[in-house]
Order: sequence, then structure tokens, then C-alpha cells
Amino acid sequence: MVVFPLATPGGRLRAEENSGEGRDMRFSLITLVAVLAALPALAETAIKVTYLRELAPPRAVLSNLDPVPEDLGVAGARLGTADNMTTGRFLGQSYALAEIDVETGGDVLAAARAALAESPYLILDAPDETLLAIADMPEAQGALLFDVSSGSDDLRETECRTNLLHTAPTLSMRSDALMQFLQSRRWTDLAMISGSRAADVDFADALRRSAKKFNLRIRGEKVWAFDADMRRSAAQELPVFLQDLRDHDVLVVADETDDFARYVPYNSWIPRPVAGSEGLTPVGWSPVMEQWGAAQLQSRFEAAAGRDMSPKDYAAWVALRSIGEAAARTQACDPATLRAYMLSADFALDGFKGRPLSYRDWNGQLRQPIAVTAPRAVVAMAPLDGFLHPVSELDTLGLDRPETLCTAFTE
Amino acid sequence: MRPLLLSLLLGTALPVQAAEIWVTNETDDTISVIDTDSLEVIRTIPTGERPRGITFAQDGSVVYICASDSDAVQVMDPDSGKILHNLPSGEDPEQFALAPDGRHLYIANENDAITTVVDVDNRTVVAQIDVGIEPEGMAVSPDGRIAITTSETTNMAHWIDTGSQTIFANTLVDPRPRDAEFAKDGTELWVSAEIGGTVTVFDVATQTQKAKIRFSIQGVHPDLIQPVGFGFSADGKTAFVALGPANRVAAINAETYEVEDYILVGRRVWHMAFSPDGTQIFTTNGVSGDVTVIDAASREPIKTIKVGRFPWGAALRPVPGAGGSRNMIQASLPAN
Repeated sequence: MVVFPLATPGGRLRAEENSGEGRDMRFSLITLVAVLAALPALAETAIKVTYLRELAPPRAVLSNLDPVPEDLGVAGARLGTADNMTTGRFLGQSYALAEIDVETGGDVLAAARAALAESPYLILDAPDETLLAIADMPEAQGALLFDVSSGSDDLRETECRTNLLHTAPTLSMRSDALMQFLQSRRWTDLAMISGSRAADVDFADALRRSAKKFNLRIRGEKVWAFDADMRRSAAQELPVFLQDLRDHDVLVVADETDDFARYVPYNSWIPRPVAGSEGLTPVGWSPVMEQWGAAQLQSRFEAAAGRDMSPKDYAAWVALRSIGEAAARTQACDPATLRAYMLSADFALDGFKGRPLSYRDWNGQLRQPIAVTAPRAVVAMAPLDGFLHPVSELDTLGLDRPETLCTAFTE
Repeated sequence: MRPLLLSLLLGTALPVQAAEIWVTNETDDTISVIDTDSLEVIRTIPTGERPRGITFAQDGSVVYICASDSDAVQVMDPDSGKILHNLPSGEDPEQFALAPDGRHLYIANENDAITTVVDVDNRTVVAQIDVGIEPEGMAVSPDGRIAITTSETTNMAHWIDTGSQTIFANTLVDPRPRDAEFAKDGTELWVSAEIGGTVTVFDVATQTQKAKIRFSIQGVHPDLIQPVGFGFSADGKTAFVALGPANRVAAINAETYEVEDYILVGRRVWHMAFSPDGTQIFTTNGVSGDVTVIDAASREPIKTIKVGRFPWGAALRPVPGAGGSRNMIQASLPAN
């Protein structure tokens, strides 16, 4: 059972309990977080949101330098809830966040059902199949779900669902951002190496499509598929591996599981900059962003979570803030009203990226600038100057309305 | 006793003094002082870290500087450039407004969602008021009875009763409100919204919206028209609004609320200050690191002045011997 504690004075309340309800449900942990109004007496409407996470199996990667934070994503949702609370206290609106983790192999649908019984607002951090399965549940019809984890274009196109909005950028938005930048520099001859895992293959596909869209050439490709039999380190192996690629301006790497890409810079056969999953990376958020007020969000997040803000934290923060912004403007708390407002032309969210954020009304994807970043600085913000669009320059990133395969939103 | 006062006492003729525009350079940790006659930088003064908001005491005796990353409002002697002391400002002060009494400074503490009210004379915190997230714009009504804080992420103007130092009204504005200014003898409040791309005019008596001003510039995407700092001409008939990355200042008819002109300035224009007679406007252009001088009558840019990196705030140093400062000097001379 998901329990939302009622507002009591005194700031942040945290409760943990093990749920024994239902033998088929395996919630390892239910954490309930409610951020409470300074003046609970003013609270007239309460909006409850659940952050539901299906824990991913541990990944085997070459380096353990960057462990995945346990509160990845959730920390962004917590900050978004706190931000909503601050605004809400002036409007008589309060917010509560419940957090549910489901172990790999656990009954995530049962967890979603329990959450939806309590609240129609669900933030989902889960594999694509789970996202779709939850969106298709009878209990989810009329609810408002946010995907903060998937970059899949299919999920916004052939598999789009009207009750599922996406705050994470798509792979194609990110690859378009990178290619816009490379084209603006006239670095148009590329070579690409990609991993062999599904996420790597998908990103490589997106990069190929974007290269074509912005008139760049990928002159050579190789797949990094070395197994444990490799007797030397990646650093030693890479120069030789890259030796037979045709000359290029930039070496593009597709390694979305963060396996081998960190060893590519400076280990190439010829001296070329590295871009893609390493080096110059297109991301929805990065700790190096500071313009457009981003420094304020970074410091608020760092103070609350004790670490840097990652793209998934940002996606979760934006989802919560979308709910908060829509509720503040409409003075409503039902999902139909909030969804309609979010998809309308009136919705404009300040996301600290220099342009108002909004949702594409044809597939529920958040329109947003993409940062093209080096490890210590933002190199460019896409859309870059000169990439024009009749409606919104942000729609030069990712699949645009005329190309969409999603029909559910317009039917 | 300061030299100027001495010269008045002795009855000697004052030399003609040019006015000065003081500009804070956010990433250089300096102030550039521009002479309004020669239109050149005549001094560069070191400050605390990340100086943004800047304002002078009415009599010009001190200048207040928000040194955001030093978590201090610094009080500087404008003659010597020396920091006299810091005020207990709260953390990360960004903008502030000095009440007409010259004594109460209303400071936005950006990271703490707090407005701090400081008594500048005895250097104590009078009140701390909970406001929305990222408070930014600050204004005090001409009669001193209302203070305004805008909060950038909460998207509100908070109306503070300066008698009780409590909020008596909150009004939603468009996304990322930045600057707030009272107009027309305090009967109107204007608030700019950076991401919303608008300026909203409120009726102060009822706190209700009176007008909303929108902008449109050929060849500039609407997303990039981001109203931030603004000010009014001396006669109050024209508002000049800095439009951020649109690299323009809009001239608005303050009676009809119609945008009459767009004036091309430097890149990412933030704030502005007016020359003493109001004929010239000095805009801080953050990205290009310069100040554009606009002729207010013709609404044409007439000069670009290189300053430090990321110029942000701008303030006119009160000219000794003119306006309010003269009154102050006379008032302090009982035998005169």
C-alpha cells in the first residue's frame, strides 16, 4: 500500500516501511517523503505524486570510477516537490511525494496499481517495456504519467501513449544537437565506433540519422565488441583498433552504457576530438551548466542531494515542476486539466536553459534545449544559431511534427 | 569632513562635475566607473565576488554592492573605493532596493527564498521574510509603504507591507520574473518576466493586472526576447526595457503601453542607468562585456564602451550639488 502522510508542521518527514501486502509484490523499500508547507492551515488542495522506479540489474562495465548514485532521479523529484511546495504555500496548494522502488524481477505492475489507487500522478523510471505496460493498465487511463528514463524515439512515435509524457530528451534530440554543433564548425567528416549493447545500437542509429539530416558524412564505422578474452587494456587496444578508419574530423562514440568510451579520448590512432557518449557530449543536463540561472538550480540541488545534478535528476525535476506550474496557473489539481494545460500553447516552463520549455502536443515530448558539453564547460547550446524552424527552433531537435508516427494525440 | 562639504562651507565655486555611471562586472569582481561627459571608463574598483546589484545612498555618501558569492552586501566609500563594512545581508544577495527613508535596504537572498530587510545605519537585520524560490527583483514604493520581491522560479510578485514586514498579497506573473519598478507616483507596479517574454503592469491599489506588454522583433525568435531590467524616462512617459539575448532595448509608451521602438545594443543586455538629466541611457551588455550609450530623445545608440567581463548592474552616482543630494547637504548645514 502506498501511504501519503498528511501535512504536519516541521519540514521533511521520511518514513520507511516494508510492505507485506501481496505475496507477489516485492518492494524492497518504500520511502515516503512529504515536504510540508510552512503554513499547512492554508493548504486547500493537495497534489500527490509517486516516483516509481524499477531497479536496473547491475551493469558490468570496464571501470567502476563512477558508481550510479542510489538516489539518481529521485533526488530531482524531491527538489521539484520542494520547489512546488514553496510556490504552493502562497496559493493554498500542497504537494507530497511517495517513492517506490521495485527490485529487478519484482511485480512492478502491482506497485503501479497501488500507486495509481492513491494518486493519478506517476513519475516512471523504468525500462521501456515497463513504461508501456504501466501506461496500458486500465488503472492508468485518465492518469498522467511521466517518463524520466527513456530516450527511445519509438516510445514517442509508433508506441506513443496519450497518458505518458516524456521529460527525458530522445536519442534523436541529443544526436541532432551534436550534429548541429559539428555542422556549425564545418567538422563534417566523421568516423564512428559503437558498442554492441541495445542502447549503443539505438544511439548509433540516431547518430547516423542526424548526420544525414544535417549533411555530415560518417566515413567509417566499427563496432567495439571485445570480450573478456582481450589480453590488453582498452587503452592499449584502441589505437590499433582505430587504425584502419578513414581520415575524419571527429571520432564519434556510441556507448550509452558507459562501458568503454571513457578510454577513447587520446587513445585514437590519429589526433582527433571525440564526441557522442564521451568527450563532447549532448545532454539534457550537466553539472557544468551555469548560464540562464542554471547555477541557482545546481546549487539548490547540490545542497539538497550532496552531489551534482545528472540528466535523470533534471528530467524528474522538470516533471514535478510541470505539474506544479500547471497547477499554479490553472488552480486545478485533476490530471485532465493539468494535462490539457501542459499540452497547450500557454504552457511555458522556466527550465534554466534559456528558453521556455513546453510539450510537443503531437506526442507529449518535452521541447527543450540540449547542452553540448565538454567535461568542464558548456561548448554550445542547441538549437544553434542558424538552424531555423517555422514554429519553434527547439523542434529542429528530434523528430518533428511532419515526421511523427504518433497519431494517438491528435485522434 | 569631505572635501565637497568643505568647499560649500567656504563658499567657493564648485567645479562643474560630470556624473558617473557605476557598472558591476559579474565575473571580473570589479566596478567600472563611466564618466558621462567623456563616455569613458575613468576608474576600475575591485569588489567582493560576483558583484551584481548596485545602488547609492540618496546623498551619495556610500554605495551598496551585492557581492553574491561573498554572501555580502558591501558598503563602499565611492571616493576612495574602500569597503567600509559589510551589511548582514543573508546568503547570496542578488538584488536590492533602498527604501525612500534611506535606511531600510530590502535584499533578495537568491538561494534561500528569503527577503532580508537590513537597517543600514545600525547594521542589523530588521526582518527576514519567506518568499518564493529565487527572489530577484526588488522595489519599494515612493511612499515607502510597500516593498516588492519577485521570485524567479515561483513566478510571483510578493507584496510586502513595510510596516509589519509581512506579505499581504501574492500575484502570479509570467515565468521568471526579474525586475520590478513602481511607476506613476507609485500607483502602478511594472514587472518583467524573462522567460514569459512580457512586462505586466499592476494597479497597486488593487494588486490586479492592468496591462500586459508583449514584444515582437522581426528576425528574432520570440523565445529570445527576454525582458529583464528596465527604467523610466525622467518625465515618466517612456519605459525602456532591456530584452536580454534579443540584444535590444524596447521603448514603451507608459500611457498606452505600446512598444514604440527597439534600440539595438550589445549582447544579452541586463540593466540600465540614466544620466542625471535623463538624456542618456547606459545599458549593461553581459555577453559582449560592454555598455551601450543610448540617446534617449532620438532613441539611437551613440557609443559602445568596453567595461569588464559580464557587466550586470548599473547605477548613477548622485551628483553632488544637484537634486536630492543638495538638499541633503543643506540639511546638514544648520548654520548655512
